[in-house]
Amino acid sequence: MKQYDIVIIGGGPAGLAAAVAAYDAGVTGILILERDKELGGILNQCIHNGFGLHTFKEELTGPEYAQRFADKVRERDIEYKLNTMVLEISRDKVVTAVNREDGLVDIQAKAVILTMGCRERSRGALNIPGFRPAGVYSAGTAQQLVNIEGYLPGREVVILGSGDIGLIMARRMTLEGAKVKAVAELMPYSGGLKRNIVQCLDDFGIPLLLSHTVVDIHGKERVTGVTIAEVDDNLKPIPGTEEFYSCDTLLLSCGLLPENELSRAMGVEINRATNGPVVNESLETSIPGVFAAGNVLHVHDLVDYVSEEAGAAGRAAAEYVRSGGQESGGQEISVNVEGGPRYTVPCTIHPHKVGETLTLRFRVGSVMKDRFVSVYLDDERVTHRKRQVMAPGEMEEVKLTRAMFDKHPDLRHITLRVEEA
Amino acid sequence: METRNLTCICCPVGCQLEVKMEDGKAVSVSGNHCPRGDAYARKEVTDPTRIVTSTVRVSGSVSGVKAVSCKTASDIPKGKIFDVMRDIAGVTVTAPVHIGDVVKANVAETGVDMVATKEVL
Repeated sequence: MKQYDIVIIGGGPAGLAAAVAAYDAGVTGILILERDKELGGILNQCIHNGFGLHTFKEELTGPEYAQRFADKVRERDIEYKLNTMVLEISRDKVVTAVNREDGLVDIQAKAVILTMGCRERSRGALNIPGFRPAGVYSAGTAQQLVNIEGYLPGREVVILGSGDIGLIMARRMTLEGAKVKAVAELMPYSGGLKRNIVQCLDDFGIPLLLSHTVVDIHGKERVTGVTIAEVDDNLKPIPGTEEFYSCDTLLLSCGLLPENELSRAMGVEINRATNGPVVNESLETSIPGVFAAGNVLHVHDLVDYVSEEAGAAGRAAAEYVRSGGQESGGQEISVNVEGGPRYTVPCTIHPHKVGETLTLRFRVGSVMKDRFVSVYLDDERVTHRKRQVMAPGEMEEVKLTRAMFDKHPDLRHITLRVEEA
Repeated sequence: METRNLTCICCPVGCQLEVKMEDGKAVSVSGNHCPRGDAYARKEVTDPTRIVTSTVRVSGSVSGVKAVSCKTASDIPKGKIFDVMRDIAGVTVTAPVHIGDVVKANVAETGVDMVATKEVL
């Protein structure tokens, strides 16, 4: 059986950044397994700009951002296999994969990094009544068709859900000559970034219907229209508010789900708030030596933060390999959340293993204004930062330092609290 | 004095900007958390510009790729977005294409080149 120090599952932005960081931390026996025909993952179809402001201090398109990291991987001669599907990972880290050249192969890893990304919530998961005509696509599928395959999937479009991909596709379809009639969003706020509302909808006069949803899809062979209705505070359609929109295409941009079939099958514990693995400060899952980063761990808004997080996972995996697979040991403390956050990543911390800095990432459950984000180590408030607005659509973060933990040798409680100003 | 409220698009923070205007000119900007917001606001109220990203056809790719992504090398007037799209509609480039290669010079007479954003071999 082939043996590697670290096997990385997925060659998107998280996998590439994890590989580079692990290599730079001194571990060279690395293999990336990617199911697509090229490295870079979903970035390849994200041809719009706005990537890389944090990482490269300039604004890049998705393919350019992917190329920067793919180049880093090639410069280091890190091994990767394309068109390769991972079928199973065992608890003792045997990775079973298949491709056309090697057939079915087993690979023994000392450490595994899970970077499989996420996928879109489908029509089936949304329970929209109506027939099953052609013309209903996820926004990401439409993006693939327009940007990679060169097809325009429709001429008159309604978009359900105001996630960033839906907003980006509203603009993209408009530029390519389609008429985007409306974006309907179930919630009273957009799930996308504010800048995308401005430059993808407002710039082109596309209406954003907040607190609205699609209640019927018309057409038997091909979509002929949709019925949109307003919803009440309980997100139930209000009778009498239905309005018909004629269209040949409905795009769905209704959230992303971390893709954790492999993780679940190998017995990794999953966090119900994120649908990603439960991880500690080293981004290590409930199975020692198995790490996770990027959208498979929790859905991000910005690829820069995916790269940063994956870099930390890569360094932690390298450390695990160098130490000969030692388990973390010592005291492990769960991070409590109070006053609004739905979760934190990581959600447990071994205080003695915290590096120079530790980033806690989280999302709030509803729009909150004029709050303070505070972290308490036992009774001491170690950070306290004002946030004018926080929304579920935008990930928040707070940085902790080694020095904060050093002052609490007998630490028992870690609490992330959102407080009224 | 006229006031205009904008959402900054320079980065994902999306600062809510308030621009005080006099005689069609911005006299003050508030709400921005960095200098880029100030510059964006002053430009947006007088001469709004955008980067345009799209794709053009590519021929002769050994990997069978049919389209290559591209962008305007710098921002162009917002009112010319559709002129840019019309101008690149008929463009076909020949592989190999590298990041930064010009796919359409002086696109839509903007003085800005359309450049490739992906390598196609």
